[in-house]
Amino acid sequence: MAPTYRFPRLPHALVALGVVCLLVGSYFGLFVAPPEHYMGNVQRIMYVHVPTAWNALLAMTFAFGCAIVFLFTNNWKWDARLEGAIEVSVLLAFLLCCQGAIWAKPTWGVWWDWDPRLTTTAVLLFAFAGILALRRFVDDPVKRGVWSSVATIIAYVDVPIVYFSVRWWNSLHQQQSSPATVSSQFYLPLRLNAFGILFLMSGFIALRARIASRRLESELAPPQQDLVGELA
Amino acid sequence: MIAALRKEFLLQWRTRAQAVAIFVFGATSLLLFSFAIGPNAAALRQHAAGFLWLGLLLSSTLTLSESFHAEMENRALEGLLLLPVSPRVLYYGKALANTIQLVVLGIALVPVMVVLYDAGTTRIPTILLIIVLGSAGISAPGTLYSAMTSQARAKQTLLPLLLFPLIVPVLLASVKSTSLAILGDPMEQGRSWVALLIAFNGIYWSLCGLLFDRVVED
Repeated sequence: MAPTYRFPRLPHALVALGVVCLLVGSYFGLFVAPPEHYMGNVQRIMYVHVPTAWNALLAMTFAFGCAIVFLFTNNWKWDARLEGAIEVSVLLAFLLCCQGAIWAKPTWGVWWDWDPRLTTTAVLLFAFAGILALRRFVDDPVKRGVWSSVATIIAYVDVPIVYFSVRWWNSLHQQQSSPATVSSQFYLPLRLNAFGILFLMSGFIALRARIASRRLESELAPPQQDLVGELA
Repeated sequence: MIAALRKEFLLQWRTRAQAVAIFVFGATSLLLFSFAIGPNAAALRQHAAGFLWLGLLLSSTLTLSESFHAEMENRALEGLLLLPVSPRVLYYGKALANTIQLVVLGIALVPVMVVLYDAGTTRIPTILLIIVLGSAGISAPGTLYSAMTSQARAKQTLLPLLLFPLIVPVLLASVKSTSLAILGDPMEQGRSWVALLIAFNGIYWSLCGLLFDRVVED
């Protein structure tokens, strides 16, 4: 039986809205905004890099929230959301590392630098990929839900510790800018793309959670009657 | 707690051949790391602390992955959980036993490091403190993850996959502070790295103890 949802088309609408925002934002970023004074056209990657960074952290924070709620309530809805959030986090963290490397080569002269933010992202990428592997290798849905929630909490708590330890160790990254110090021509595409990736991410998490909850339903369902008869 | 710790020591004493094998594994890795650098005495001495901690970390996955082996046989863990004690006591007993095992392994690997990399130091108490804190930092999350992975498929792969990214701060702080103890610390930076190790241990020993109940309850 197909499950019923309160807003069945909402995730699709979010994905469509995200694509539109990204297209408009990228148009402004690539063709309307002027090149940056020092970095030139290389700086334009910031219009996707910075929104990806914000949303990757947001997706991980959402995964952390899902893990806590699941551990307290044992509501399977949150386990399904956790699975969606972890997968999207891994995807965004991977994109973030790739974009960072593309930007670092012409700017710093190297593909990779052991900078706190870059290194923390890489550590988080591997930590969350490990949790995905854990989910894949545990067959019992109850154990899978509890263990991946516990692993998510442990990995998320590590974020500030990794960040500060790497910061003490080495640092090269740019200082953060704020809208007060950046011209509106720069932050319009940045904000449009940030909302674009936010909508896209929310849509993807919702769609992925639906698939996860369908699988959970089949795993938690009692065995079929004819099969019980055969076994008896 | 004392009884849980005694149980762990008894188990370790009965499988002492394994502890010797793990030490040989650690020493062999230290030998192999030197081939990656080449016979350059100055470079080897400079990287000695990193090699020591990588050797200890690799060996720790062998220790940790085996730490719930006895409990998984004949479903002994369920029997232990039926005892009128909190599962937290079992966790702290096991994590403490794993820490002590890693400390002993670390102390045994130091002379190997000194001989192979010419990395002698007179700051023995500092090195000992770092080994204790670093081993505790590896054991706290490692014991919790070991409880999970010992019941999962592909446990040998899964444990390092989960543990290695998490203990990056422990590795960084331990390597840095050990290196400063060996090569000299004129700016007194070692203390802040030791403080980081203490903070990591404080956070993870309490958090993992809290979460262990949920990991073994089903």
